[in-house]
Amino acid sequence: MHKGKGMKFVGDSRISAERKSQIPKDYSEYPGRTEAFWPNFLLKEWLVGAVFLVGFLTLTLIHPSPLEGMADPTNASYIPLPDWYFLFLYELLKYQFASGDYILLGLLVLPGLAFGALLLAPFLDNGPGRRPKQRPVAVGMMILALVSVIFLTWQSVHVVDWEARGEANKPVPESEVAVDTEHEGYAAYEANCMTCHGAELEGGSAAPTLVGIEYTAEEIQTIAKEGTGNMPAGLFTGSDEELEQLADFIISVNESAAE
Amino acid sequence: MLQKVYDWIDERIDITPIWRDIADHEVPEHVNPAHHFSAFVYCFGGLTFFVTVIQILSGMFLTMYYVPDIENAWKSVYYLQTEVAHAQIVRGMHHWGASVVIVMLLLHTLRVFFQGAYKKPRELNWIVGVLIFFVMLGLGFTGYLLPWDNKAYFATQVGLEIAGQVPFIGEQLRILLAGDATIVGAQTLTRFFAIHVFFLPAALFGLLAVHFILIRRQGISGPL
Repeated sequence: MHKGKGMKFVGDSRISAERKSQIPKDYSEYPGRTEAFWPNFLLKEWLVGAVFLVGFLTLTLIHPSPLEGMADPTNASYIPLPDWYFLFLYELLKYQFASGDYILLGLLVLPGLAFGALLLAPFLDNGPGRRPKQRPVAVGMMILALVSVIFLTWQSVHVVDWEARGEANKPVPESEVAVDTEHEGYAAYEANCMTCHGAELEGGSAAPTLVGIEYTAEEIQTIAKEGTGNMPAGLFTGSDEELEQLADFIISVNESAAE
Repeated sequence: MLQKVYDWIDERIDITPIWRDIADHEVPEHVNPAHHFSAFVYCFGGLTFFVTVIQILSGMFLTMYYVPDIENAWKSVYYLQTEVAHAQIVRGMHHWGASVVIVMLLLHTLRVFFQGAYKKPRELNWIVGVLIFFVMLGLGFTGYLLPWDNKAYFATQVGLEIAGQVPFIGEQLRILLAGDATIVGAQTLTRFFAIHVFFLPAALFGLLAVHFILIRRQGISGPL
């Protein structure tokens, strides 16, 4: 095999210009301070990956992934918004020259030209020079496209109130409990249990939900007085009659939720 | 012991050349950030692949709980988010990974573009790369619907309306994607699920394989 000086390759690749079989270049033929991929360079890549992963996991932990309420096709007031990387296309279609009668322009012509040019870039920009200065047209077009995309994305979101959107679309589990505040036991619940078990028996950081429990009225009364698990005794401070009404109330909510 | 196992396999299927193809090569100085810090721009492609691997793994775990059905999809995601141990982190990784992979892909594309690294003889690999970009956008579009919350539903509705406006094939395209010319519903969810977890990943793996084989065959582009 021909080695070292005098070897000719296609471009700066390792494909021999003399149409020989594909055998990787010998290490000795590389200029400069090369490094073996395995294991030296891979270890460094591993370190970069580890640092990246730490940043990525931090992002994940700081911002839990959002979830809005279950899709409701009858909700007419919802303002749709695509994921951020489609916003520029979405915004483009709002322009007069790219919608209505001219929808073809916004839908096919402009994106088609942009993405088509991206796909065929090596054939459109086919000069020998690789430096940006040697191919001002290609570089100029790319910068123009980048600026347009960034501008359109900004246009589409700078008026959006993200916090209000998040507040208005909180996820609510579907088994929404109907709490009958007129119930005779509600007052007792409100006075003794609500601080921990929540206004809708949904539970909280200090206590579990009371919806879906399988206790009898007597057991509920016992637990209210004597506690269970992490719940201390003596939290209920009403009369025996109120205690019965309370148990009755909790069971009635459970029955309505089970329906 | 390991050496014996290696020899046993090598004697039968000759794996040493495969090893040489995959791992046994030199990394030139100009792409090594240890020598020139500015060479960190060469990391973007590898990091894109890294996030892709995160996406594949987290997605595999998500499908253990996710139910692609309009009654239960949202409930399964809510359950995942609130009840399953560490699922909030796994779903968070998949959610944020979907954005980060687009960012890294964009940076990688810009690096290759501004360095003119797509010029002869690497034209084909650039095209494969742009196709990978399109597949990734498709994965983002189909994955956005799967939690079946309001934002997912209405964004998909808009997206499908736009697809339906394409001349001649618009309606067929919509039926292919959504299962119906007007309704965004049960069929849409199952189709998007199938596209998101079977069709597009299959295309992605094929394209990635070609992308990597071409890189190894042609070598990394030289310094400017």
